[in-house]
Amino acid sequence: MNEKNIAISAKSITKHFGDFTALYNVDFELRTGEIHCLAGENGCGKSTLIKIINGVYQPDPGAKFSFEGKLEKKQILPSDAKRLGIHVIWQDLALFPDLTVAENIIFDHYVAKPFKLINNKKACSDAQIVINQLGIFLDPRSRVGDLSIAKRQLVAICRVIHAKARIVFMDEPTASLTKKETENLLAIVRTLSSQGISVVFVSHRLGEVLDICERVTILRDGKSVGTFPTQGMTQKKLTSLMTGLDIELTKRNNSNFGPTVLELKNLSRIGEFEGISFSLRKGEILGLTGLLGSGRTEIAHAIFGMTKATSGEIKIDGEAVNFKSNVDAIAKGIAYVSEDRLRLGLDQMQSINMNSAVTVIGKLSKPAFFLHPAAIRALCTDWIKLLKIKVSNPALPVSSLSGGNQQRVVLAKWLATKPKIIILDSPTVGVDVGAKVGIFDIVRKLSDEGMAIILISDEASEIYHNTDSFLVLKSGRISFSMKTSEVNEEKIEGIINA
Amino acid sequence: MLNYLKKVELILLLLLIFLSVFLSYTTDSFLTLQNLFDILNNQAVSIIFAVGLVVVLMAGGIDISFSIVASVVQYIVVTIMILIGGGNWFLGICLAIIIGVSLGFFNALLICKFRIVSIVATIGTFNLFFGLLMYFTKGHSIYNIPDWLYEPIPIIDVASGNSNAILYLPIIVAVFLVLITWFFLTRIGFGRIIIGFGSDLEAARRSGVNVFLVQFFVYGWLGLCAGIGGLMQSHIVREVVPNALYGRELDILSAVVLGGAVLGGGRGTVWGAVLGVMLLAVVQNGLNLLGITPFAFKLIVGLIFLVAISAVNIHRFLPLKVVNTRED
Ligand SMILES: Nc1ncnc2c1ncn2[C@@H]1O[C@H](COP(=O)(O)OP(=O)(O)OP(=O)(O)O)[C@@H](O)[C@H]1O
Ligand SMILES: [Mg+2]
Repeated sequence: MNEKNIAISAKSITKHFGDFTALYNVDFELRTGEIHCLAGENGCGKSTLIKIINGVYQPDPGAKFSFEGKLEKKQILPSDAKRLGIHVIWQDLALFPDLTVAENIIFDHYVAKPFKLINNKKACSDAQIVINQLGIFLDPRSRVGDLSIAKRQLVAICRVIHAKARIVFMDEPTASLTKKETENLLAIVRTLSSQGISVVFVSHRLGEVLDICERVTILRDGKSVGTFPTQGMTQKKLTSLMTGLDIELTKRNNSNFGPTVLELKNLSRIGEFEGISFSLRKGEILGLTGLLGSGRTEIAHAIFGMTKATSGEIKIDGEAVNFKSNVDAIAKGIAYVSEDRLRLGLDQMQSINMNSAVTVIGKLSKPAFFLHPAAIRALCTDWIKLLKIKVSNPALPVSSLSGGNQQRVVLAKWLATKPKIIILDSPTVGVDVGAKVGIFDIVRKLSDEGMAIILISDEASEIYHNTDSFLVLKSGRISFSMKTSEVNEEKIEGIINA
Repeated sequence: MLNYLKKVELILLLLLIFLSVFLSYTTDSFLTLQNLFDILNNQAVSIIFAVGLVVVLMAGGIDISFSIVASVVQYIVVTIMILIGGGNWFLGICLAIIIGVSLGFFNALLICKFRIVSIVATIGTFNLFFGLLMYFTKGHSIYNIPDWLYEPIPIIDVASGNSNAILYLPIIVAVFLVLITWFFLTRIGFGRIIIGFGSDLEAARRSGVNVFLVQFFVYGWLGLCAGIGGLMQSHIVREVVPNALYGRELDILSAVVLGGAVLGGGRGTVWGAVLGVMLLAVVQNGLNLLGITPFAFKLIVGLIFLVAISAVNIHRFLPLKVVNTRED
C-alpha cells in the first residue's frame, strides 16, 4: 500500500481515566476515501478513540500520529483536527435547534467572521450547493428543531461537508434511524467515499457494518483485536471477534400465559392511529413493529396515559381505565421505557446509583422521605450485575458511561419498579450484540415471572426470537397480526418493509 | 428569520393596534399627540432595559439584577458629578457605561468562572448590589442633581391643542439602542452565534465558539443598557431615589417574555421585546384613562402574560396532531 493513500495512522494509543484503562496500545489506520468501521461492545473504547483522534481527549504519552505519510505528531489538538479536515458527527449531533438548516450548515462562517454582515440569500444558496452535492432533499429555510432525527443527521453531514471535511467520523449515526432512513444514510456515506472523503463509521448493527464498510477495526476491552477486510466476514464471526464468545441467538420458548391484563378495543387517536384492538396476557411478550411513523410509539403513549385516545377503550384486568396522565398509568403497574432514552430517561449529572433508583426512591426510603443510601447502592449493584453494565464506580455521574451502558441504566430504572405491564420502545438501540442477548434474557425471565411485555422494535430478528405474537402497523392501522411460531425471520422482515 | 417569532410579533402588533383603536373610541384623550408622546417618554427607560435583557435571554441566560445595577449607576454617577463640580452629559454617559458594564461583567464572571446558574447568580448580585446601595446611601435620595441632568432636552416639539407635545432625549437614546441591538442580533454573524449559543451551549462550544466571550458580551451589554437606562431615569424624574427601580426587573422580564423570548434561550427578538413593553404600557395607560383602579393593572398584566404564554404553547394541548414532523 502506498503511504500517500493512508489518511491517518495512529499508533500505540493508550488512554487512562484515573486507574481505568479505556484504551491500551491501540493502532488504527484509515485509508483515503475508505469506509472504515469501528466495532466492539459497549464501553470498549470506540468513542474514546474517536475523541483522541479529534483532539477532544489527549492520549497518554507514547502515541504517534501521521497524516498522509507525513507530519508526525505525538498528539492531536482540536486546532490540528480542524486544519486537517477531521470532523466528527457526534451521537447527539451538536446542532442548533433554533437556527435554520442553512444557518446550521454555515455556522462555522459566523464563528470565523462574527462581524461580517449576514447575507441570508447567500447562506441558503451555499447550503443548497452542499445539499445538492449529497443528492438529498432539505429545505435550507426550515428550523432544525422542527426536523426529524434523520433529517437533522443530514444537516450535520452537510455541515461537515461545507467545512471541507477530508475525514468524517460518525458515532452511531444509525442508532435512532429506521430501516429506510438508514439506507438513505448509507447511500450518502457511499457518495462521500466516492468523493474521496474517508469515513469512519460506528454501529452496533452488524449487518450494516458488513454492508457498507471495506474494513473493520475491532476493539475489545480497550485493546485492538485487529483490522479485518469485511469481504468474507460474517456477522457470527464478527460477533465472536468482538466478544470473544460464540453467541447463539435462541428462540423464546414460551410458557403458559395467565389471564388477560391489557386489552385495547378499537382505540383511535385522530391523525395517529385507528381501530387498534389487541389483548395481552400475563407472561406474554407481544411485538409491535412497523416502520417509524407507523404509530407504534403513539400507541404506547396512549396506553401509558401520556396522550388521550379520541375513541375506543383500554381495559386493564378487564376494567376500563381512563388515565389522566402517566402517573395514573404507573399506579396501575405500567412502565414505559421510551424511545429517546438518552434525552428523556436519565439525569446526566446524577450518579448511576441515583438514576437507577429514582423510580423506586419512595419504596426504598425508610422511614418515609429519608433516602436510604445503602439500599440504593444494593439495588444498583444488583442491576449492574444483571444487566452487565460496564462501570468503574456507580457513584460517578451517568454521563461518564458509554452510550450503550447509559441505555442499560434506564432499563434498570424501570425494571426496578417491578411493573405488571412494561412497554419497551426499541430497547436495544445502540446496545451491543452481547448485551442485546443479555437484555432479552432478562426480558424473558421477567415474562416467565408473569410480567406482560410489549416490545416495540423494527428489527425482525428481535421480534422473531423474543415474542409470542406480534402486530405489524402500517399508517396507524394493524396490517398483520400473527403468532410468532407460525412464521420465520425472513417473512417478518418482508412484512415490515413491505 | 423564524416564523414562530414573526407570528408572536404579529400577534402583539395586532393586539396593540386593536387596543389603541378601542381606546381611541372609548376615551377622548388616548388619541392625542400629547398622550402618545407621554407614553413614549415614560417607556423609554423600560425599552432600554428590555433590549438589554432580550440579548441575555436569547443567549440562554437570565439576569434580574439589572434594575439594581441601574440604581447603583444613577447614584454613583450623580455623586461623582456633584463631587467634580457638575460634569456634563458626555462624562455622565461614559461613567454610566463603565459602571454598568463592570457590574454586568461581575455577573458574567460568577456565571462562567464559578459556574453558578444565571438566575441564582443574579438573585445574589441583586441582593448584594441593593444591600450595598442602601447601606452606603442609608436610603437617602439626591434631589439637587446637576443642571445638565436636570434640564429636560426636547427633541421633537409639536403644537397640539393648547399646549405642546414634546418628545425628550431618553426616547431617542432608546431608539438608538434598539437599532444597534437589532443590528448585531440579526445583521451580523455574531447575532447568529448568540442564538446558537442559547440554543445549544454544548454545540456552540464544539463549534469553536468562545463561551466566555459570549457570556461577557451579553451580560456586559445588559449592564451597558442598565447603566444608560439608569441615568435616563434620573434625568426623567430629576432625582435619584435608591429604591426607585426596585421591582422593575419583573415588569421588564414579563414584557420581554411576552415578546417571544424564551427562558432557556435561542428565541426572542428586539422588536418583540419593544412590542411587549409597549403593549403593557398601552394597557396601563388605557386603565388610567378609563378611570379603572390602578390596582387592576398588575392583575391584568398577569392575565395577559399567562394567556399569551399559553396561546403560544396551545398546540401541545390539542388532541389533533395535524402536522406530522416525521417523514421519510
Ligand atoms: N470522561 C470519562 N471518565 C471516566 N471514564 C470514562 C470517561 N469517558 C469514557 N470512560 C469510560 O471508558 C470506557 C470506554 O468508553 P467509550 O465511550 O469509548 O465506549 P464505546 O466503545 O463508545 O461504547 P458504546 O458502544 O456504548 O458507545 C467506558 O467504560 C467508559 O465508562
Ligand atoms: Mg460510544
